[in-house]
Amino acid sequence: MNTPLLQVRNLSVVYRTFEGVLRAVNGIDLDLEAGRTLGLVGESGAGKTTTALSVMRLVPTPPGEIVSGSATFEGRDLMTLPEREMMRIRGNRISMIFQDPMTSLNPVLPVGLQISEALEAHQKLGKAEAARKAGQMLEKVQIPAQRLQEYPHEFSGGMRQRVVIAMALACNPRLIIADEPTTALDVTIQIQVLELMKELRNEFGTSMIMITHDLGVVGEVCDRVAVMYAGEIVEDGDIAQIFDQPMHPYTVGLFKCIPNIEEPASTIHPIRGMMPDPLVPMPGCCFEPRCPEATARCATERPGGALVDGRRIRCHLYADGKRAFAHGRETVSHA
Amino acid sequence: MIAVNERTVIRDKKRSQLGEVWRRLRRNKAALLGMSVIVLLFVVAVFAPLLAPYDPNRIDMKIRLQASSSAHPLGTDNFGRDILSRIIWGSRISLYVGFVAVGIGAVFGGILGAIGGFYGKRIDNVIMRLMDVLLAVPQIILAIAIVGVLGTSLTNLMVAVGISQVPRYARLVRASAMSLRGQEFVEAARAIGASDVRIILENILPNCMAPIIVQSTLGVAAAILSAASLSFLGLGIQPPTPEWGSMLSAGRQFLRSAPHLSIYPGLAIAIVVLALNVFGDGLRDSLDPKLRQ
Amino acid sequence: MIRYILKRIALLIPILLGVSILIFGVIRLAPGDPAEVMLGPTAEREDIELLREKLGLNRPIVVQYGIFLKNALQGDLGRSIKTNNPVTEELLQRFPATITLAFSSIVLALLVGFPLGMIAALKQNTVWDALSSFLALAGFSIPNFWAGLMLMLLFSIVVPILPSSGYGSWKHMVLPTVVLAIQTMAVIARMTRSSVLEIIRQDYVRTARAKGIANKLVLFRHIVRNALIPVVTIAGLYFGHSLGGVVITETIFSIPGIGRLLVDAIRSQDYPVVQGGILVFALCVGVVNLVVDVLYAFLDPRIKAQYR
Ligand SMILES: Nc1ncnc2c1ncn2[C@@H]1O[C@H](COP(=O)(O)OP(=O)(O)OP(=O)(O)O)[C@@H](O)[C@H]1O
Ligand SMILES: [Mg+2]
Repeated sequence: MNTPLLQVRNLSVVYRTFEGVLRAVNGIDLDLEAGRTLGLVGESGAGKTTTALSVMRLVPTPPGEIVSGSATFEGRDLMTLPEREMMRIRGNRISMIFQDPMTSLNPVLPVGLQISEALEAHQKLGKAEAARKAGQMLEKVQIPAQRLQEYPHEFSGGMRQRVVIAMALACNPRLIIADEPTTALDVTIQIQVLELMKELRNEFGTSMIMITHDLGVVGEVCDRVAVMYAGEIVEDGDIAQIFDQPMHPYTVGLFKCIPNIEEPASTIHPIRGMMPDPLVPMPGCCFEPRCPEATARCATERPGGALVDGRRIRCHLYADGKRAFAHGRETVSHA
Repeated sequence: MIAVNERTVIRDKKRSQLGEVWRRLRRNKAALLGMSVIVLLFVVAVFAPLLAPYDPNRIDMKIRLQASSSAHPLGTDNFGRDILSRIIWGSRISLYVGFVAVGIGAVFGGILGAIGGFYGKRIDNVIMRLMDVLLAVPQIILAIAIVGVLGTSLTNLMVAVGISQVPRYARLVRASAMSLRGQEFVEAARAIGASDVRIILENILPNCMAPIIVQSTLGVAAAILSAASLSFLGLGIQPPTPEWGSMLSAGRQFLRSAPHLSIYPGLAIAIVVLALNVFGDGLRDSLDPKLRQ
Repeated sequence: MIRYILKRIALLIPILLGVSILIFGVIRLAPGDPAEVMLGPTAEREDIELLREKLGLNRPIVVQYGIFLKNALQGDLGRSIKTNNPVTEELLQRFPATITLAFSSIVLALLVGFPLGMIAALKQNTVWDALSSFLALAGFSIPNFWAGLMLMLLFSIVVPILPSSGYGSWKHMVLPTVVLAIQTMAVIARMTRSSVLEIIRQDYVRTARAKGIANKLVLFRHIVRNALIPVVTIAGLYFGHSLGGVVITETIFSIPGIGRLLVDAIRSQDYPVVQGGILVFALCVGVVNLVVDVLYAFLDPRIKAQYR
């Protein structure tokens, strides 16, 4: 259970735009064990999609560029792998499910072909065999195999996302990166698709990175969660721990944002302010301008990661262990 | 009151937009080069009498069909006229025809498009079907037919080329008029009793100025090409007026013995049209930042 | 699909009617009297009157148009004033040369323009991009009559490998085809470039890459197919118009086609031939647009579904 499947270290990605260098991902670390699901949460523009794309080595270049870091998957560093090798991993060992099912399928090709082309490429199946397998995959996502010949516009949004899921699972990958797979769907459809993904994940024993900004989804499917803010992972730990007691002020803020039926609406506390302009480098903590507990130190010095109870937190409040004692919790060790 | 405020707001926005457009245009080297060529051409056209070394129509049969020399840098034609001088004077005709023809096309097309888009329904339908009919015949054929019927003259040439360009402006202005028709500031102008003509002139036209300017720049290039084509076929400017297309047409008979008669006038057309197209392209890109890459 | 094609053909009819009305009206406004032109300047008054009567020129213009239309529908476009041959016959005789020229030039334009645009897009912001973009813009700006003369100078005079004029062998068609293709090729190249750049950014191309299939497959199966859709539309529309270029090409290279017939007819005020010639051009533009629409439906299943 403890073999690391994916280990991301110090990953940084920038986009070179006309306005300047945009730091989308800023030296992040991620860990995922085989068979487990990691949630990657954060508000829009935090850099979640960019992180996923860089693991797939699909960051659009130009303007994007992976400037540093490693991503060790099954013992090999994806960042330095030759493109030919990388192509053998994409869609085969690691698959990705994209955000918007309305645009992520090619409108002029039948869905069957779009599923079977991955099978033809990786499993060296003939056309007929690949098509048969594609039909099986469609059945797995509860779409009749006869619809292989139909085009994306003949399917509803939820069905298209199921087609995308079938496509991602076709080669039985070790890891699936799902980038907000349900955001673009109706609420009722969201639940169906999520349930389906959970089922299939369990059936195939696939590991997963679930990108979302919905903490509900995280609670539903994840074992661990990494909270991303302005290109950094500010807090990262076991789901039970973080849901029980969020520590980083941003995570605390996130949980306060969730509407609760039992409380009056006035107790929702949106985090005030906006995410910093990613074009402007910040010397201190990226959350400092919005942080209710910021001190002078936060504006000038970038917090390192502190390990508290096996969770990693980038915040000065926890760096010297003060806060942990104040809360009456156990030992604090430095990262 | 509201209408006035809205208008000033729009005007202010327009002004800062203009600065932004210029800023973006300045970064586009090719467009700037195109613009310089056009400016240069205007200078040449305006000062043609001063710049041309000879009278463009002075005939001297003793020196006919001479190749380049220091006396005649681009040689002489079949009547011994200086080709450089004729090209310099020819720039006047080309620019004049190009701009007037586009003026005709843009004004008539703009009016038809604004009426169609603003009133909609039957009028719009009739106008657009008329445009469909005009578009059903290739532009150059249409222009040839019009010139053929009206007779060959400078005015008729400009009218013919202008009419053949009417549909593109009509479509452009119509689309913009339709999208603006229902908008608040137009409703507000109507509420304070502005006449339809005033609303069209003050609200709708200024709002589609940008695409019209781009289209006109490219249109001048197309008009210069069409006019030269007609002259080349003997259906436009008649000799001895120095015009690039008819110079080519005359030089054609001497392609074997004196190719320079055909080379230089064509080169002049190509350079001017290219400059206008490059500039028009650059203008479009800087007006529509979405398209920049 | 068949029903859709039929419907599109039906839509062509009012346009052609409109063109015929327009041309008919414009020609009747012309200063010269057809009867006078036919008989020449020395003709007697009575003879002219007689001919006017015979040609129906004394009747109201609406009636005249009615007669013209009735005859035209039966394939009779009147007789040429100059040769006295039936216009339809003259047009049919000239048609093969024009259609051969037009067809070979669109094929050439596609064969050169599309790859040129692809290179520009795939090597965006490199020397190749700049070069092919410049070629496209230059092709769009060069007057075709000049291009014709320059090619003639190069390949018939300086290096005499191709005939400079005439009609008959494939060699005669090379230069005219190139000249007529240049502008359409330029438009196709430009359109292809921007279309491919647009498609490359689409989510479904990223999805295709994420599947780890070969780059060639991503390019041809996912990018090209989609990029072709707008290119076909624009190229078709533009080609219809560049057909007008045959008047120039055929004049320069002395090809006995409809373009030259039309120019000659205009010069000699042979109005029945002018009328017929313009109608043929309108018909050609209409057919090209029809073909484009059908191709469009063929390339895009979303459009096809609407017409099933
Ligand atoms: N192709 C690109 N060119 C330039 N900047 C980009 C590009 N893609 C993303 N960015 C920028 O990078 C930052 C991170 O974007 P990213 O798409 O990774 O965020 P995200 O967390 O996935 O947001 P969302 O929840 O909206 O999907 C943003 O500031 C975004 O504007
Ligand atoms: Mg995203």
